[in-house]
Amino acid sequence: MELIKATDLTLAYDGHTAAENVNFTLHSGDYLCVIGENGSGKSTLLKAITGEVTPAGGILAVSAELKRSGIGYLPQQSKIQHDFPASVSEVILSGCVRSDSFGFAWKKQSRSKAKAAMELLGITPLASRCFGELSGGQKQRVLLARAICVSDKLLLLDEPVTGLDPDAAHEMYAAIRQINEKLGCAVMMVSHDVNCALHEAKNVLSMCRGHSFFGTVDEYAVHEQHDAAIDHELHHGHNCHCDHTAKEKGDLT
Amino acid sequence: MTIAEILSSEFLMRVVIRALIVGVLVSLCSSILGVSLVLKRYSMIGDGLSHVGFFALALSACAGVSATYSMELAIPIVVVAAVLILRLSKKEGRLNGDSACAVVSTGAVAVGTLMYNLTGGKSGDICSSLFGSASIVTISEKDMIISIVLSAVVIAWFVLCSKTIFAVTFDETFANAAGVKTDVFGVLLAILTGITIVVGMKMMGSIMISALIIFPALTAMRITKSFKLTVILSAVISVVCFTVGFFAACFLSLQTGAAVVTVELVCFVLVCAIAAAVAKMRNKKVGHG
Repeated sequence: MELIKATDLTLAYDGHTAAENVNFTLHSGDYLCVIGENGSGKSTLLKAITGEVTPAGGILAVSAELKRSGIGYLPQQSKIQHDFPASVSEVILSGCVRSDSFGFAWKKQSRSKAKAAMELLGITPLASRCFGELSGGQKQRVLLARAICVSDKLLLLDEPVTGLDPDAAHEMYAAIRQINEKLGCAVMMVSHDVNCALHEAKNVLSMCRGHSFFGTVDEYAVHEQHDAAIDHELHHGHNCHCDHTAKEKGDLT
Repeated sequence: MTIAEILSSEFLMRVVIRALIVGVLVSLCSSILGVSLVLKRYSMIGDGLSHVGFFALALSACAGVSATYSMELAIPIVVVAAVLILRLSKKEGRLNGDSACAVVSTGAVAVGTLMYNLTGGKSGDICSSLFGSASIVTISEKDMIISIVLSAVVIAWFVLCSKTIFAVTFDETFANAAGVKTDVFGVLLAILTGITIVVGMKMMGSIMISALIIFPALTAMRITKSFKLTVILSAVISVVCFTVGFFAACFLSLQTGAAVVTVELVCFVLVCAIAAAVAKMRNKKVGHG
């Protein structure tokens, strides 16, 4: 089933056009990774999907089902306050707020949903801890559990492993993979960590100014080789560097 | 006033009870709203709004509106200002939230003071608007009714919508994506805060009313690590501190607002010290273990 379909989408923030001609489709169960340089409009794309910003042009169709259930979103880490007085279970339960918004106590249904999410991500022992006291990796897994309480249809992730140490990042990828495979939940992830993201994802959306690419990971590899050849010929005259530089860095280290 | 004096006069008794009810209810509302305001980094908005309140009182004095009806004029002005400031501080425009607040609050005080000057107002008027009336006799029956309705709305809002309040306060971006109407939440918070400030200003003064919003929330956050408990504890702390400060002011002939805020300050410092001591002891235990 089609969850999201973007046709010739133009995205802008602060009055500047960040991306043009973005085309992609996300089906249920997909794992899509969005890559591109800083300022290429990756985060703006996620914000357009959640309705926080309106696209500057083109069509962004979000399925009625997603609109009804709401979208599970893991925002960039900097947005979350770390000194907030909140227990882990309070944070995770807040993912059920759309279907259970009225009244003082949470419904039984919401509590069992939160419990299942905690079990899936192995954070049940943390339930009564204070959110602010957790490590970076634990916090991200709690927020992941909160996101899947919203909906098991789509998970939007904005730089989920940024700032985590390699072990925590590895665990985070494993958790996301589990959600994708066990729950059949579609994942759309914005990432800087291109190599890892390509290793995890099935589809790729590469956002470069006026030159966005959408296809499977294998297609992307071919596309990139082709690009690299042109790039070589033009002595880096091509305006799409994002992936090459990242790859080069990866090779060097 | 002495206890004997109050008990012997029915009039005094009524004045004291009325003022106490208004004060307790305003403290209750401000402390509940305060938790969200403090956590969303909107503390300065409360401060800015109270100065807009001062401006509104000056405007009503200037326009010749009698003191009995000044609230009818002040509430709409402050509520509109509340919604505007909240909107402005959210958009990343040319002015950031902090500076926008400072501009609004100092500007409002300056213009308000000039208005008092130009209409031949006495400096006593300015003083009582800024620091609260010296006498609680000015608290009217109408103040009491408004504060009862207001606190009923605030308590109902917190009890019925606490889950949404938490979700939006904790992470607005997420709540928005999950399908919560976060704009409605913001506007409601602004309106209720605006009304609370206007109602409480007469007793507390526009300079000190924001203390009722900030102190209880900060104190409660030192003690508990859960959101719901923080709100409940903040309400309890606020009501207790108000009552202590109120009676201290009554019997020692002090300014009510100043007395209440001083009690809140002492309470905050004490709780901070105890929390620090407890944390130190716990660390030591862990260190030895």
